[in-house]
Amino acid sequence: MSVYEQLGGAAAIDAAVDIFYRKVLGDDRISKFFDGVDIDKQAAKQKAFLTMVTGGPNHYSGRDMRAAHSRLVARGLTDEHFDAVVAHLGGTLKELGVADELIGQVAAVAESVRDDVLGRVRQAV
Amino acid sequence: MSKISYRGSSVELEAEESVLDALLRAGLEVASSCRAGACQACMLRAESGDPGAAAQAGLRPAQREAGFFLACMARPEEDLVIADAALPSHVTRIQEVRDWGGGIYRVRLDVPEGFSYRGGQYVQLARSAAQVRAYSLASLPGDPWLELHVRQHPRGKVSRWLTTAAAGDEVSLRGPSGECYYQVASSSQPLVLVGMGTGMAPIYAVLRDAIAAGHDGPITLVQGARSAAALYLERELSELCDGRPGIEFLRCVLEGDPDDPRVGDAVQRTLEACTDFKGRRVYLCGGVEQVNALKRQAFLRGARLQDISADPFVLAAAG
Repeated sequence: MSVYEQLGGAAAIDAAVDIFYRKVLGDDRISKFFDGVDIDKQAAKQKAFLTMVTGGPNHYSGRDMRAAHSRLVARGLTDEHFDAVVAHLGGTLKELGVADELIGQVAAVAESVRDDVLGRVRQAV
Repeated sequence: MSKISYRGSSVELEAEESVLDALLRAGLEVASSCRAGACQACMLRAESGDPGAAAQAGLRPAQREAGFFLACMARPEEDLVIADAALPSHVTRIQEVRDWGGGIYRVRLDVPEGFSYRGGQYVQLARSAAQVRAYSLASLPGDPWLELHVRQHPRGKVSRWLTTAAAGDEVSLRGPSGECYYQVASSSQPLVLVGMGTGMAPIYAVLRDAIAAGHDGPITLVQGARSAAALYLERELSELCDGRPGIEFLRCVLEGDPDDPRVGDAVQRTLEACTDFKGRRVYLCGGVEQVNALKRQAFLRGARLQDISADPFVLAAAG
């Protein structure tokens, strides 16, 4: 069973988006990347991201992640920012009562798109 | 198998297939992106038939009621007739135009036959196909008119035409749409209502609707305007608010005598009045920058995104 199903599917992801996005938007290290964006539209993207990393139904590819973040990479998006987002992801799941082991699984999925998000050649694992 | 009709074509849905897949298989062009019910790029509207709950999950109640659904998530068990996400259009007439001063006019229209709406939603008002503007409805369905609050822009073709129209002049409109109407988890949920400029139109409707529904939670009402002359609706708002202990009513103007306690920014005043937005139902209407700034702050201060209804007014670039 995926973390997505264990959390309770789409309805639970809606609740998680609120907590997650508030953490991200409230973090001065990364909030500048969200200046001027429509927060409803952005929340829909956060929902797609949370759905993906928790193993729910999604069709995002590495290429999508790359294209979606290329403008941000040009504006200085680095590992530091990626780490901050992953930390907020873990904090969100912890608040929702997800076990540490499962949080580790989710973080690993997030980790797998790091090079795509940051626009780098994918590292050999 | 369900039959899907769209743009004069029809296609039979195969087992496990989504409406989006079926339309694409039939060679019809439909925008799509995530195909997981998140991005809403493939939103269409069912004119008849039930698209199913999964296809409407995550949509706003007003969208669900109007038949909107996400094609990528739709696996309907019955036949569907689908239209693009455009709205039905109506023709009606101007009932009365009143100059309220400060460049603001109250425009009342006859209620078109078969037009159902919630106070605070908006309509697309057309002078011609090329000149369409959105206006919020300040009236409630029980009123014998549709009421718009129109600021006359010096070069605004639609606003100048509307504010100088005579009773009986014909107007066409599309709609309603928008989620800025009274909808609460319970009648005791605290409300924050902020209207800037003619953004007071939907706020006035939501306030009237809340009072009519017996709302007994606290209400913070903020009216912002450029100058004291543009603080319209004074008598109507006083009648609604006076003698109701649950309503805190703040009015502020951007420009004025420095001694006038009302001089101040509506965004700032709202944030001073509400430091914590947790559990509150929030309505924000007015200029796009102020609305977006307040929306972000309300969310950061604890309001759930689904509890924030924001209608930013965007001025048309030309005409």
